[in-house]
Amino acid sequence: MPTTSLKKLCNTPDLLAPGHAACAGCTGSTILRQVLLAGQQDDVKLVCTCATGCMEVISTLMPLSAWRVPFFHSAFENSAASCSGAEAAYRALKKRGKIDRDIRFIAIGGDGGTYDIGFQSLSGALERGHRMLYICYDNNAYMNTGIQRSSATPKGAETTTAPVGKVKKGKEQHKKNLTAIAEAHGIKYVAQASPHNPADLMKKVQKALDNDGPSLMTILMPCHRGWRFDMPKAIAMAEMAVDCCYWPLFEIVEGKLKVSYKPKEKKPLADWALLQGRFKHLGKPENKHILDELQEKVDREWAAMLAREERDQAAG
Amino acid sequence: MAHRTALTGNDAAAYALKQVNPDVAAVYPITPQTELMHKFASYVADGDVDTELVLVESEHSAMSATLSASLAGARSITATSSCGLALMWELLYVASGARAPIVMPEVNRALSAPINIHCDHSDTMGARDSGWMQIYAENAQESYDNILQAFRIAEHPDVKLPIMPCLDGFILSHTIEALEVLDDEKVKAFVGEYKPENSLLNVDKPVTFGAFALQDTYFEYKRQQVEAMRNAVKVIQDVGKEYGEISGRSYDLFETYMMDDAEVVIVGIGSTMGTVKFVVNQLRKEGIKAGVLKIRVFRPAPWDKVADALSGAKVVGVMDRSLSFGLEGGPLFNELRSFCRGKKFAMCDFIYGLGGRDIGVTHISDIIRGLHKAAKSGTEPEMLTFVNLRE
Repeated sequence: MPTTSLKKLCNTPDLLAPGHAACAGCTGSTILRQVLLAGQQDDVKLVCTCATGCMEVISTLMPLSAWRVPFFHSAFENSAASCSGAEAAYRALKKRGKIDRDIRFIAIGGDGGTYDIGFQSLSGALERGHRMLYICYDNNAYMNTGIQRSSATPKGAETTTAPVGKVKKGKEQHKKNLTAIAEAHGIKYVAQASPHNPADLMKKVQKALDNDGPSLMTILMPCHRGWRFDMPKAIAMAEMAVDCCYWPLFEIVEGKLKVSYKPKEKKPLADWALLQGRFKHLGKPENKHILDELQEKVDREWAAMLAREERDQAAG
Repeated sequence: MAHRTALTGNDAAAYALKQVNPDVAAVYPITPQTELMHKFASYVADGDVDTELVLVESEHSAMSATLSASLAGARSITATSSCGLALMWELLYVASGARAPIVMPEVNRALSAPINIHCDHSDTMGARDSGWMQIYAENAQESYDNILQAFRIAEHPDVKLPIMPCLDGFILSHTIEALEVLDDEKVKAFVGEYKPENSLLNVDKPVTFGAFALQDTYFEYKRQQVEAMRNAVKVIQDVGKEYGEISGRSYDLFETYMMDDAEVVIVGIGSTMGTVKFVVNQLRKEGIKAGVLKIRVFRPAPWDKVADALSGAKVVGVMDRSLSFGLEGGPLFNELRSFCRGKKFAMCDFIYGLGGRDIGVTHISDIIRGLHKAAKSGTEPEMLTFVNLRE
């Protein structure tokens, strides 16, 4: 397994060059840097596709590109299909002796490009079994187009298309469970990670890329513009999301779930949620039931995850 | 050795693709393209080709995967019809803007609604501004020949644009016709290797494809596509001549038939032009000086050259197998007419065959006789006629 030693990685040139146009305090570029540093090795090279969205827009502003690995942005809904085409080309050219390098493929998409508009394309690629890692940077809404709700937006969060008004109190539906859906395709590696824990994130990327088939990772991307929190707290927001078990870190290897990190003390969801403008209205007494419902959901799912881990690990 | 055989248009297209043996094919089923795909899949299953066949979950993904495979340095194909082409719409523009030389046989079929599986040209005509080249076939032979030439045209360094070799749904795709196919070695030598300048898989020279171009750079990209289309005119003609040298069948932008002294000329596209030639032969026996100008290449548009070729005519009847709603007359008529200003002939349009509506010898004979009468009497023909329509 290649290294994730912080000391060594600090001395490795970034594969996403600085000078890109991400917002100050953006955690998306942090995620990409971690993913690329983990994936590219002396003898293993990366090729990336990316859906339309924040990370594409900020990194390829003509005539500049921040990408130091081959990169293709095609459209919003087809990062997975694009990646599968590139991977098929690789297999074809390798078979015909026209290429001898060891190349791994990473498809990137935000939650809008993955949970919503790119969902079919993702499902198709997972089912076909291309050797590729799909990375969804999940900032819980369509941030690039101006903070609209997606199927990854948690219930109760305020967005520009699910605003808090006199009658409606933000998004009315719960978030879609993407990792469960990915797992249902029978793929061998599914994981969830967070940029506040680079060692864990990078180990998962390396495991995923070693898998001779499709893998999927969802990575939480706190967005101070969309979530409305104090900008320097972006990475801390990721950590708090993990500590309150809104965003548990886990991996599912060949159907067996393992929780990667268990907080010593599981924090209340409100500690994290109420630091964010998008959940501010949930602090009002009349909206307490929404916050309670979110807390119940987190508790239920965390307990179920721990129970499943015990079952899966006991089964060996 | 080249040999004569009997194949449907779909099978002829698949046979051409087999001989080319592309690196990647990403396909999704739609009638009437399906049998082309079945045939190609059987070549893969039998090991006659070693193409990576990617059986995607939609035409949108078919075009997405074909496009990225093409940018990754693989010779890449797909095929579609009608609603499938419509679902690809967004990616058609991405493919031409990315300058990916994809070859996509398009089996022409009407668009919904109401749903209809039969031939007309509304699918590809709707894509005429998408930056793709379009070459239409009259029969199975041309379907085969056009596909082989398509690779040379699309991949030419002065062009680098995607191309749709089009064939009429069912009328060509599902009808068995005699044709001559070239031997594999000849095809291989003619088509050559695909060696793009940059590739997504060149990890030693990382290139960003599909970058974000704003007000200061976007326009120049579009201008370059204009230039590529202009260059394509000569490339199509050169490739058509070279193909003639190896096959005995040369091709140009359009074909003229009995045009030397023709007073009445029918201009049209696709399989129906074969029927028109048959009718012209019959009416010539009655002394009606009729001719045919068959459009082979619709994009890049050859209208200046077509207008010149029509100069001797008295009346030109255009036959359109699609509509442009809100504009009187079909796309072929309106585009060609704008290049015929100052010409002495009268022009009119016949909309025919939508959704596969029958177009037969009698219909065409009536059209030509009517135009002949107008030419003789010096009267203007009716500008727009719907052929074989109940009203």
